Amino acid sequence: MTLGASDIVRLDGVEKRFGAVRALDSVDLTVQRGECLSLVGHNGAGKSTLMHILAGTVAADRGRVVIGGDEQKAYSPARAKHLGIRCVFQELSLCPNLTVAENTRVFHPVLTGLNWRRKAGALITSKLDEIFPGHGVGASDLIQDLPIARRQMVEVARAFTATDEPVRLVILDEPTSSLDSHTAGQLLAFMRRAVANGISCIFISHLLGEVLQNSDRIVVMRDGRTIAADRAEAFDRNRLVTTMGGTEAPTTEANAGDRLARGKTPLHVRARPRQQGGSTDLVAHEGEIIGLAGLAGHGQTDLLLAIFAAATSPRPDVAVNATVALVAGDRQADGIFPLWSIAENIGICSLRKLRQGVLISRRREDTLANFWRDRIKIRTPDIHNNILSLSGGNQQKALFARALGSEARIVLMDDPMRGVDVGTKLEVYDLIREEARGGRTFIWYTTETDELKKCDHVYVFRNGAIVADLARGELTEEKVIQSSFIGTDPR
Amino acid sequence: MMAARRWLFASPWMWSYLGAALVWIAAIIFTRGYGAGGMLIAALSLAVFTVVVGIGQMFVITLGPGNVDLSLPANIGLSSAVAMTVMAGDDRLVAIGLAAALGCGLAIGIVNYLLIRALSIPPIIATLSASFIIQSIDISYGRGLQIKPPPGFADFTNIQILGIPLLAILTAVFTVAAGIALQRTVYGRSVLAIGQNIRAARLAGIRVGWVRFATYALSGMLGGLDGALLAGYFRGANVDIGNEYLLASVAVVVIGGTSVAGGKANVAGLWGAALFLVLLLTMLNTFGVSAGVRLLVTGFVIVAVISAAGGEKKRD
Repeated sequence: MTLGASDIVRLDGVEKRFGAVRALDSVDLTVQRGECLSLVGHNGAGKSTLMHILAGTVAADRGRVVIGGDEQKAYSPARAKHLGIRCVFQELSLCPNLTVAENTRVFHPVLTGLNWRRKAGALITSKLDEIFPGHGVGASDLIQDLPIARRQMVEVARAFTATDEPVRLVILDEPTSSLDSHTAGQLLAFMRRAVANGISCIFISHLLGEVLQNSDRIVVMRDGRTIAADRAEAFDRNRLVTTMGGTEAPTTEANAGDRLARGKTPLHVRARPRQQGGSTDLVAHEGEIIGLAGLAGHGQTDLLLAIFAAATSPRPDVAVNATVALVAGDRQADGIFPLWSIAENIGICSLRKLRQGVLISRRREDTLANFWRDRIKIRTPDIHNNILSLSGGNQQKALFARALGSEARIVLMDDPMRGVDVGTKLEVYDLIREEARGGRTFIWYTTETDELKKCDHVYVFRNGAIVADLARGELTEEKVIQSSFIGTDPR
Repeated sequence: MMAARRWLFASPWMWSYLGAALVWIAAIIFTRGYGAGGMLIAALSLAVFTVVVGIGQMFVITLGPGNVDLSLPANIGLSSAVAMTVMAGDDRLVAIGLAAALGCGLAIGIVNYLLIRALSIPPIIATLSASFIIQSIDISYGRGLQIKPPPGFADFTNIQILGIPLLAILTAVFTVAAGIALQRTVYGRSVLAIGQNIRAARLAGIRVGWVRFATYALSGMLGGLDGALLAGYFRGANVDIGNEYLLASVAVVVIGGTSVAGGKANVAGLWGAALFLVLLLTMLNTFGVSAGVRLLVTGFVIVAVISAAGGEKKRD
């Protein structure tokens, strides 16, 4: 391997172990100036670990990290930042109790003086305007009050802001997974503009279409190794999927005859969003998969939470006739119990069922966890390991296991496929369909149009209200996008 | 040696037992071995009262940041007066007196929770202000009189079986039960879940309000029980009987290895920490230092132990 003048990052023979798990096994990687390199692979293939090494947050056990031609001996996040490496990770790194401007100041200590808040606010706002026109984020908004999509936007924008240190390489680890298709499009267009201006990007995504369209070069990882690296044009969807080691799924859109006629089964949920005028209700019958669509943050999550709350304490605008479980999308804030094992995290929704007498039976808890580990392939040698030992996508699988393993008849899903790889997604889709056939009801908020096509019925949201009500047959991407922006009169 | 050290660092509550042993050894070296056994028995008898309130405080602190019950001293004071008044020196009324003390503590726990929930006052302020109200009630109710316990009850609190105080044995059994309740019951798991991530707990279907209510009620009841036992042991109730348990109840929880950030509790450590605190006082008494120096040293040691044992900030 020759060191080209334009190589800004070179990793040689990087290895990393976590206990018995070999996360990275002699990985080589180069990134050139003004290049967008995409990294694809299954959950747990080592993508995030590799990026953490590049960002200085994890030290490699072996191997060399060369940046701008200089081998880094005492590498650290501060050093990485000084060299112009910026990161947008899956686990958002913003302080929830600070405002958007204050978080920007944390990142840029040079913003000093009495009016630092104004300076930081101007810096971040101009970058947000540049990347996400019409973003709706204020510099004085508290991070904890923003929905996850907007937090992600702030995180991305902050990574691209520059003060005294240059921006040379931005690592984007699944930046689009919490964004709706419109916002994701804005981000990808900006990424291409940045690359054209000489900034390099490493882009990680499970949406292969995005990867194929927006990268210059693609590296495929599997089981801690890079197993293919080529120009993006040399790949197509099939080659990517086979290289990653998955099987290309037959596009099984369940045909209409396979599905229930609407309204023949008992009513499970009837709910009206708070801002709803008119008479449109969300209705879900037993065994149905109901999709919630629209731009992120337009009231879908609020409605899910209202349905969840109504299951325990009745309220006038929401009627729920069965038990409810929720799969959180924002797993750090709403899902994970960080001090607990995988088994304890899965069992928490089923505690009553796991009892023997008054005490919770460890044996039953383990049986439940092992059953679901095998069924949705949670990658871990031992379900008694801490939940944080799992990669992000596998943590999400544990949350699925928690809801599906419970006795709840209604499963609410708050954009839960964030950070989940293609192969797992397909398995979970099948699982959802199977469970729905068994009489479970799913209400599924998703930012991906492909997932809406798996639903029996879709409600499109705008400004906290339902603006379109589409049966499976009527659903097209155009209709969803059109209603999300303009809003049609329901019915 | 390395393995032992690793084990010690992995179980921070062991420090409390180690500290208790060191302090005890220091004291018997000073007395040239005289009274070594007696010192332990006395320490066990006194540690009981700290452990009982420590268990309640531990459940409360495990609910997560901000949760603490500062009304325990006032609770102990009032409950001891209620118990002694109801018993009225009559051995036949002991059970009713104990029930009254538990009821009094329960009521205080409920009031604490209502202040926290209905008025949205942070627990630290709510329980502290509740304790002023409780103390005022205690002063007007007890009128500063020291009420004697029934002789049978006083004797009961001092019974020893094979040289070990009966109360210590019962409390040890109760401690084990509390440990099991924490790890193996729906209630205990709920407390741990809420302490780690209250939003996630709510979304996992845990009835957060109910669990917090039950925890403050439990802490109140244990404070009430402690009040009655203390009045029996020290042969009389008075307003100040619970004063030292403000610091002690929190200190044993923290020294015992329970996380102040919530979600992680350690029951076994409570005993080590309580013995440590009691033996520390005994040691200083044997050294014959003045009350001022004793307080100074106690405070200093607590700070040192918490920063050393509770100092595992990094979670990699």
